[in-house]
Amino acid sequence: MSKLFSKSLSGVKVPHCKNTAASETVKMPVPDKVVIPMKQHMGRECTPTVKLTDLVKVGQVIGDTDAFIGAPIHSSVSGKVTKIDDIIGSDGTPIKAVVITPDKLQEVDESVKAPEVTDLASFAAAIRRSGLVGLGGAGFPTHVKLMPKNLDEVTTLLVNGAECEPYITADNRTMLEETDDIVEGIKLVKQYMELSEVIIGVEDNKPEAIAKLQAAVAGLDGVSVKSLKAQYPQGGEKVLIYECTGKIVPEGKLPSDVGCVVLNVSTIAFIARYMHTGMPLVTKRVTVDGDAIAEPKNVEVPIGATFGDIIDFCGGFKTEPKKIIMGGPMMGFAVPTLDYPVLKNNNAILAFSAEKTAEAEAPETPCIRCARCVNACPLGLMPAAIEKAFNAGDVDALKALKVNLCMECGCCAYVCPAKRNLVSVNRLAKKMIERSK
Amino acid sequence: MSTITNKLTVAPSPHIKDKVTTKSLMLNVIIALVPAGVASVLIFGFRSLALIATCVITCVVAEYLFNLVRKKPQTIGDLSAVVTGILLAYNLPSTFPLWQAAVGGIFAIVLVKKLFGGLGQNFANPAIVGRVVLLISFSEAMTTWLVPHKVIGGYTLVSGATPLAVTTASDLPSYMEMFLGLRGGALGETCILALLIGGVFLIVRGVIKPIIPVSFLATIAVCSLLAGEDPLFQLMAGGAVLGAFFMATDYVTSPVTDMGKLIFGIGCGLITMLIRLFGSYPEGVSFAILLMNIITPHIDSLTKSKPFGGVIKK
Repeated sequence: MSKLFSKSLSGVKVPHCKNTAASETVKMPVPDKVVIPMKQHMGRECTPTVKLTDLVKVGQVIGDTDAFIGAPIHSSVSGKVTKIDDIIGSDGTPIKAVVITPDKLQEVDESVKAPEVTDLASFAAAIRRSGLVGLGGAGFPTHVKLMPKNLDEVTTLLVNGAECEPYITADNRTMLEETDDIVEGIKLVKQYMELSEVIIGVEDNKPEAIAKLQAAVAGLDGVSVKSLKAQYPQGGEKVLIYECTGKIVPEGKLPSDVGCVVLNVSTIAFIARYMHTGMPLVTKRVTVDGDAIAEPKNVEVPIGATFGDIIDFCGGFKTEPKKIIMGGPMMGFAVPTLDYPVLKNNNAILAFSAEKTAEAEAPETPCIRCARCVNACPLGLMPAAIEKAFNAGDVDALKALKVNLCMECGCCAYVCPAKRNLVSVNRLAKKMIERSK
Repeated sequence: MSTITNKLTVAPSPHIKDKVTTKSLMLNVIIALVPAGVASVLIFGFRSLALIATCVITCVVAEYLFNLVRKKPQTIGDLSAVVTGILLAYNLPSTFPLWQAAVGGIFAIVLVKKLFGGLGQNFANPAIVGRVVLLISFSEAMTTWLVPHKVIGGYTLVSGATPLAVTTASDLPSYMEMFLGLRGGALGETCILALLIGGVFLIVRGVIKPIIPVSFLATIAVCSLLAGEDPLFQLMAGGAVLGAFFMATDYVTSPVTDMGKLIFGIGCGLITMLIRLFGSYPEGVSFAILLMNIITPHIDSLTKSKPFGGVIKK
C-alpha cells in the first residue's frame, strides 16, 4: 500500500549496530608502513610525482593528474619512498601505489600553509590542492561539485549527515566532535557559491548530533537541520535530495540540475580545517567494528595505513575473521587481504566472523515473486524483473527497466527471502547494456 | 600483527541480509491457516483432519518423488508443498473421499507446479487448479455437503447445500452462524472468524499486503449492492474470504506491484460475482482467481513500477 500513497521513498529497516556511536575518536600512531594508492577518487588515476628512495614530508604531493575530475594525493607521513608498485584495487583491477616507510618524525612539508581565497575560483582551486574528495564514500572530487556549469541556478547546499549504513559512526563523531568546523565549512561554501539555503540531513537515530547541530546553526540565516527517518538508504544522494527538498534528480542529470549541491558532513568539516591550516587530506576518521574486532572504536588514521595495522591498534581480532569489509555492510567492498590500505573515501573497516559471514552467504533459492525487492527499492526499480531480463540476455528490456539508475544500495538483495544476489545481477546488467553499445 | 589463517571471503555487497526466508514465509502462512483448520475440526469433525493430512502428505510426497525421479535438488524443505496441501484440503467438502483428495494433491503438485519448473514458475495457484480439476472430475463428491443443523443443545451434521445454493429461505444460516462457520461448505472456508484471524496475522507479520484481500472483498460487496444482493451474505456464504486472504495472495501467481495487485483483486471480485449471479455454478471464487492468475503476466507488464527520475526515450 505504501507506494500508492506514501510520499517518502522506499528503503529497508536495517539493524543499526551503531556500537561505536559514543566512542570518541582516537588518533592512531604512525604505522611502520603506509601504502598510498594513486586513485582514491572518481575520475582519472594520478601519476606518482615522487621516485623510489625520495624523502617525503607530511602534506607533500606524491601524485597528481591534469584531469579536471581528479584530485592530487599527498603523503600522510614523513619518510622514504620504498616501493612504487601495483596493488589490487577494491574493484579487482590493479592500481599504482606509493609505499612509504615513515621516519615517525612527522615533519610537515613547506608547502603546507593556509590558502588565500578571495572568490569561488580561488576557493575551488584551493580545495583541489587539498586533495579533497567526497568523504561519504563515493569519493567524487569536491572542487568539481563546487563549480557546477549552472552555478546561478544552484541555491541549496545539502549537508549529508545521514550515515545510514549500519555500524558506521564516523560521521556521527564528526558531527559531535567537529561541530564548529561543520558550521564554518557551511558558511564558506554558502558564501562562495552564493547559496540561499543549507539543509543538514541527519537520520533520527543520532539525536545527540541533531541537537548539537541545531544549537550550532541557530541564528544562521537559511541554515536548518532536518531529522530524517532512520531508514536505509537515506544517505543516498538522490534519496537525500528528495527527502530534504522534494526534488527529483532526473535520469542522467546531476544534483546541480535541480539546484542542489550535496556534501558530506566530514567533507564540509575538512574544508573549514583546511582553510585554517592548509594541511591537505592526509588522515581519515574510520569506524573499526564487526564481531571479530576486539576493541571496536573510531580511529583517526593516516591515509595509506593498512587494515592490519589499524586492526592491531584496535586490539586485533577477538575471533578469526572470515570477511573484512572496507565501508559499510550494505555497500562496502570485501577485501582479500589485511594489507589493503585506507583510502580518502573509506569510513569503516568491518571484520566479520565465519558465523556472521555465513548469514549473508545463504544459497540462492528460486524467486517466489514476493515483490519484497520491488517494495524495498528506493528508486522504484523492479529487481526481480531485471534479473529475469538479464538471464534472458534481453538488453532492450534491461534498458526499459532502467537498471542504469540502480545505485547498488543493496536493499533488494537484503530483503530477498530467496537470497538472490540481485545487486550483482544489476551490476552485470549495466555492463551488459554497456557492451551492447 | 593481526594474522589470519583461513582465507577471507570476497563476495559482492550487501554483506548482511534479512532473516526472512522462503521457508519462514511459508511457515507463517501455515501458522495463519491453523485457526481455520481447528475450526473445521470443531465444525465438521475429525474427517476434516483426515482430509488435511491426506492432502498435505500427498503433496509433499509427490514433490519429493518428482525431485527424486527428475534428479533435482530436494525442495520439500521450503514448505510450499505443505501450504498447497492445506489449501487444497480447505477447498474440499468434509465428506470428500480421501483417494480423490490424493488425486487432487498429485495433480496440483506434479502437473501445475513441478512440470512448469517448480516453485516460482507455476502460472496458476496449484491448490486452485487442484480444486477445479476435482470439481470437474468428481462433481458429485465435490458438491455433497454436510451442513451443521441446529438442534436442541447444539448442532448436528445433516446433508444439505451451501448457503449460496440454498433455495428456501428457512434453510439459510444467520449472520452469526456464517461468521462462526456453522454452515455448509468446503471445510476450511466456513469459519470467517478463524480466516480473519489468520489473514490479519499475515498482514501484521508483513507476509502479505492487504491490497488484494481488501479490493477483492470490497468488489464483491459493491457488486452485491449494485445487483440488489445482500453484501454481507455474499462475503460470508462462499469461499471469498479464504480465497481473498490465502489463495489470491499467492506471490507466484499474483501481480508484483501495488497497482497490479489492486487490479488483480478487483478482477477476482468481479469475476466471482459474475459467476455467482449469472453462471451455472453457485460459487465462482476458484474460477475467478484461476482466470486472474492466467492474466497476471499481462497485468504485470502493464503495471510496472515507475523508476525514480526515469526518463522515457521516445
